[in-house]
Amino acid sequence: MSFPWAKEYTPQNGVMKFFDEKLPLPRFIYNAVGAGYPVPRNLSYFWNFGVLAGFFLVLQIVTGVVLAMHYAANTQVAFATVEHIARDVNWGWLMRYTHANGASFFFVVIYIHIFRGLFYASYKPPREMIWLIGVVIFLLMMATAFMGYVLPWGQMSFWGAQVITGLFEAIPLVGPPLKTWLLGGFAPDNAALNRFFSLHFLLPFVIAGAVILHIWALHIPGSSNPTGVEVKTESDTVPFHPYYTAKDGFGLGVALIVFMTFVFFLPNTLGHPDNYIEANPLSTPAHIVPEWYFYPFYAILRAFTFDFILPAKLWGVLAMFSAILVWFFLPWLDKGPVRSGHYRPLFRKFFWFGLIPVMAVLFYCGGAPAEEPYVMISQIATAYYFLHFLVILPIISSIERPDPLPFSITEAVLGSDKKAVLGENAEPVAT
Amino acid sequence: MASTTGIADTTPDVTEGVEGEDGVRRRDFINIAAVSAAGVGGLAVLLPLVSQMAPSKDVLAESTTELDISSLDVGQSIKAVFRKQPIFVRRLTPAEIEAANAVNTSSLRDPQTLEERTKPGHESVLVVMGVCTHLGCVPLGAQEGENKGEFGGYFCPCHGSHYDTAARIRKGPAPSNLVVPDYEFTSDTTLVIG
Ligand code: HEM
Ligand code: FES
Repeated sequence: MSFPWAKEYTPQNGVMKFFDEKLPLPRFIYNAVGAGYPVPRNLSYFWNFGVLAGFFLVLQIVTGVVLAMHYAANTQVAFATVEHIARDVNWGWLMRYTHANGASFFFVVIYIHIFRGLFYASYKPPREMIWLIGVVIFLLMMATAFMGYVLPWGQMSFWGAQVITGLFEAIPLVGPPLKTWLLGGFAPDNAALNRFFSLHFLLPFVIAGAVILHIWALHIPGSSNPTGVEVKTESDTVPFHPYYTAKDGFGLGVALIVFMTFVFFLPNTLGHPDNYIEANPLSTPAHIVPEWYFYPFYAILRAFTFDFILPAKLWGVLAMFSAILVWFFLPWLDKGPVRSGHYRPLFRKFFWFGLIPVMAVLFYCGGAPAEEPYVMISQIATAYYFLHFLVILPIISSIERPDPLPFSITEAVLGSDKKAVLGENAEPVAT
Repeated sequence: MASTTGIADTTPDVTEGVEGEDGVRRRDFINIAAVSAAGVGGLAVLLPLVSQMAPSKDVLAESTTELDISSLDVGQSIKAVFRKQPIFVRRLTPAEIEAANAVNTSSLRDPQTLEERTKPGHESVLVVMGVCTHLGCVPLGAQEGENKGEFGGYFCPCHGSHYDTAARIRKGPAPSNLVVPDYEFTSDTTLVIG
């Protein structure tokens, strides 16, 4: 946000002056991610993941556009064109493995980004809109990644498409015609592959638009920070550039080392070997699973095996979508006066010993076969998941007594903030 | 538009007074009519946009399949393709028929008798879509040696649905029995599906 002490953009030469008058884009950038954007001085590495997510979005768009130059969305040749990209196209292997692993890393980054928000309760006022747009972005990402995974037209592509569009069949009355409409046929085939390619190309740009809204909404109150105490004075902030451009740059370097290790040395580790078998509509692989980043939600889908008023299938679908939709209500479910988990002893315990282990269990069960004991474990974990957001969180956030907060960000960092406490005449804090 | 000159905003509305105080001015009428026409037009544009996604004529044209079952022995199954989806045809063994008839149908999730699921005179020939009614995987059990599940019919490995010898859902998340497609016997050994 433009705190009153934000540095003002001053064009340095005639060209920049010309720009500033006709189209103040440099000014816009300066105020958005430059020296003109004051940011809390105490952001931890958990605040790197937004920029990292942006990086991976750009990476997916660049590699994706390249892949699209060599790919053909036709069931006769799709599988072969993907192999052609990997074997014949100059540097095609790099583009393909960067894109396929890029999707995985995009999700790693986004999950950390989301759980950062959950721990620090970044969704609380005044940042509700940032959070809501974020959930929309996550839903769009899921749709994009799902449709991308169908494109190579391997066995997992095909059966993934069959199962996921089958979810819509559970909707009463309109379900079956809806599935046929989505696929343009009775089972995944050419029509489905083509439209998935078209939408897979389109949606990342829609995501990019949503990201702009996300950042716009962020720049109104400005970033939160690990204490959750709002910025009070200038000494609570540093300019985004050079402080956070440097920190984000360093974080990006570390992320790229890990990422490129996968691309170069473990390019197929995160994928499923069955997707190197061409799609066969007459035979389902013995153990079908979605991409790893959908496991927790897949476990919730499969947890419902019994009818209870509604058919089991509909319950599974409702629960899976609700597991994400419940995030929309978080700003109002969390009633606590304090944001950061560091100052909320009960909230923190339920986060680390409740929500996180349950997510890990769901994650594990989503990749396991649909057999006991995994079904029962998923059922218990699913129940806890919803209990956490709908019951535990509202209750603990209303009854808990938060620890005392620091007076200001400066005090949290330096131990005292005389200037802000005593007013303008106090000695400036030694930095 | 006149308003770009700034005139329309400042000159008194000439239509005012024509209709007088009784409510609708001519300009309001034109406004409502234009917006409604555009709205109807907009909806009309949606129709082709939505409908283009439904199955095209060539997809719908693949709609019947003929099958010769003369070589199908008792206890054997064949897998065929109908509308690009697998179809299972099985000649049930007497034991399987007995097992299917021994079930109290009112205890089933999707109550149906074997008789209702076959054609008169051909009660031992069970024709079903090989598409799990849960999320559409191909259940196992049609081929020799495959897992037939706890009820001796079909087993869907995707999320663990068990079907009995009449291909009725008995356990797991699937909501209904394996679908019996429309078909008829054109001779004792020829089926036309679709
Ligand atoms: C939000 C960003 C994106 C995500 C999460 C994403 C995800 C994926 C995934 C998971 C695959 C399957 C990879 C595999 O198993 O081989 C894929 C394939 C593909 N994507 Fe994307 N994608 C994104 C953006 C794009 C864009 C912008 C384009 C084109 C403009 C594109 C074009 C393609 C093509 C042509 C393929 C098929 C080739 C292949 O499978 O390697 N993607 N995408
Ligand atoms: S698709 Fe058969 S059990 Fe889910």
